[in-house]
Amino acid sequence: MNRPLRKNQFQEELKGTAYAWPMGLWFTLFFTVPLGIIILYSFLKRGLYGGVEWKFSLTAYRQMFNPSFAKVLLRTLWITIVATFFCMALALPTGYAMAKSKHQTLLLFLIIIPFWTNSLIRIYAWISLLSTEGFLNNILIKLHLISQPLHMIYNNGSVILVLIYMYLPFAILPLFTTIDKFDFSLIDAARDLGASKPQSMFLVLLPNIKSGITTSLIFTFIPIFGEYTVPLLVGGKESTMIGNIIVDQVSKTRNWPLASAFSMVLTILSLIGVFWMLTTGAREQVSQSKKVVTSQTELEDSVAEHHKTHQGGAS
Amino acid sequence: MTQEGNRPKLNGVEVTIKNVSRTYGDFKALDNVSIQIHKGEFFSLLGPSGCGKTTLLRIIAGFDSPDTGDVLFDGKDVLPLPPDKRQSNTVFQTYALFPHLTVYDNIAFPLRLKKLDKATIDKKVREYIHLVQLDQHIDKKPSMLSGGQKQRVAIARALINEPKVLLLDEPLSALDAKLRQSLLIDLDNLHEQVGITFIYVTHDQSEALSVSDRIAVMNQGQVLQIGNPYEIYEAPATRFVSKFIGETNYFEGTIVSCEKQGDEYLCMVDIPELGQQVSVTDYDPQPVGAHEAFTIRPEKIRITSEAPAVHPGQSVNSFQGYVDEPVYSGFQSKFFVRLDAGEHPIFKIFKQHTTFLDDGPEIEWKDHVYINWTATDGYLIKDLKR
Repeated sequence: MNRPLRKNQFQEELKGTAYAWPMGLWFTLFFTVPLGIIILYSFLKRGLYGGVEWKFSLTAYRQMFNPSFAKVLLRTLWITIVATFFCMALALPTGYAMAKSKHQTLLLFLIIIPFWTNSLIRIYAWISLLSTEGFLNNILIKLHLISQPLHMIYNNGSVILVLIYMYLPFAILPLFTTIDKFDFSLIDAARDLGASKPQSMFLVLLPNIKSGITTSLIFTFIPIFGEYTVPLLVGGKESTMIGNIIVDQVSKTRNWPLASAFSMVLTILSLIGVFWMLTTGAREQVSQSKKVVTSQTELEDSVAEHHKTHQGGAS
Repeated sequence: MTQEGNRPKLNGVEVTIKNVSRTYGDFKALDNVSIQIHKGEFFSLLGPSGCGKTTLLRIIAGFDSPDTGDVLFDGKDVLPLPPDKRQSNTVFQTYALFPHLTVYDNIAFPLRLKKLDKATIDKKVREYIHLVQLDQHIDKKPSMLSGGQKQRVAIARALINEPKVLLLDEPLSALDAKLRQSLLIDLDNLHEQVGITFIYVTHDQSEALSVSDRIAVMNQGQVLQIGNPYEIYEAPATRFVSKFIGETNYFEGTIVSCEKQGDEYLCMVDIPELGQQVSVTDYDPQPVGAHEAFTIRPEKIRITSEAPAVHPGQSVNSFQGYVDEPVYSGFQSKFFVRLDAGEHPIFKIFKQHTTFLDDGPEIEWKDHVYINWTATDGYLIKDLKR
């Protein structure tokens, strides 16, 4: 009785491996290998006309600490932090209102609509809104609120504004799905036990939507940190971010090892984020009920989905 | 749950609900409801889902406010107060335990909001954890507790603020039947121990009957009857109450005559469905010609396969019929008997399995049987509309 069963099991396992092959091959060829090349290149000497010389060197990493690059790194960091902060500050009440609303489908639809337009076109729309002879300045002058057009574009402020606009949906959606699953009778319970409205939000709502907050943070912080179109199009001279440096190093200065080294910074940052999210997820899986476990796996799936689409754009 | 030498004795409050109405759009959730709940009473709001009982509880707790009417605690208007300022605490249907906090932290939650010092909080939390016998589970998260344990945490958490009234929103509905019985007894003991006013919402009539001091039966936003469990069961005021509480045989008819007999009045009711008159007693004389309903509980009818002896001087109603369906349910047998007379209605009869009374041979399917009951066991219902 034992032998045929074993044989069947073996066959089943073989089938599973066979089915997994295409995906494994795809990931190896188009994800692991390119990542390996980037890691490798970051430790090589730059070629004179682009490319690399096959000699081990740490020059790229040393160059990164060049004061001008360090300045860009710091700027990228603070722009990202400010933009992420505002995204979260706007997304939390929005997600809450959406979860409480009777018109969820409509509101979700409204958030998804902008994605039907190419992001470049949306950035250009902002340019025509903000520029010196743009829509906003024209209106303000017509209303006699100002006599001279305001400089609303090509500075760090406009970069942050457009970044918030671009990434707000990424912050709202995970928060909405988590808050939507939140048991609002917990808020009633907190109020009943003597908590004021703000207390019930901070002591009961926030700790129970941690996973949504983490996902939102990562969905906004990491892509903003690697962003290059927004600072390129609406930023000024002093708005360069890491993304712009990578593009410059690859296409203009042709220092591929340095570009790879900067990419490593982004990759490591993303990895930290993903691990953080997975560990908070795992902790919640242990401490919470089955219902939340399913929602957690859903979230992880959506993270995987998101990363797939973003790798396509970034690398 | 009873623990000797550990009795947080608290004071209850009198809850007055005066002409409270609440509508949601076109739906009348509460229609001019007035209830007076005494200090320290175990009071139940009983009714089917959608009858307005939970809405009323949420209004008392402060989660909802009425369109018109007043809610008073000891004569003081509480409607302007938000839930956190009322002297009431709630045990929610789903318990609403904070999943991110341990048992200890859940119970300590209300005290920490009051900014009490750590030692005082610790002493009190342990006292209440001991009260509900959860000492071994102090550091567990709610997800690791059983349904019954969760419910006890919810009760301890609701009591630690020393409320004057505890509101319980179907706290047993998520538990299995066996556990429900024992927790119900625990709840009754707890009520006796802490001595505050309990307002208990349930759709389960047996729960309400077994623990309540008084019950308000509700349907479609109205209070149909307020009384102690005995009154509610034995003397239902309306058609709905008689059918909702327990099982009954219900027939509408016309009063033919009414005569004084001792303390009560013996009335004859003509019931077309039964094809004959039925005798029934009432405390008040009924006007001849009035359209009323006659009802008799299934367990008050005697069923025999042989004609019973006639007891002179006793007003006994007697019918004959066939057993349409016998249902054996362990502690008793239910018989559905189709009458020979009238429109051949079906009578429900419950028979206890006692061999003390000589009821003759065992009754089986399709047997011809005699059913009898005395006039004093029947009951007249005057309000047939609600």
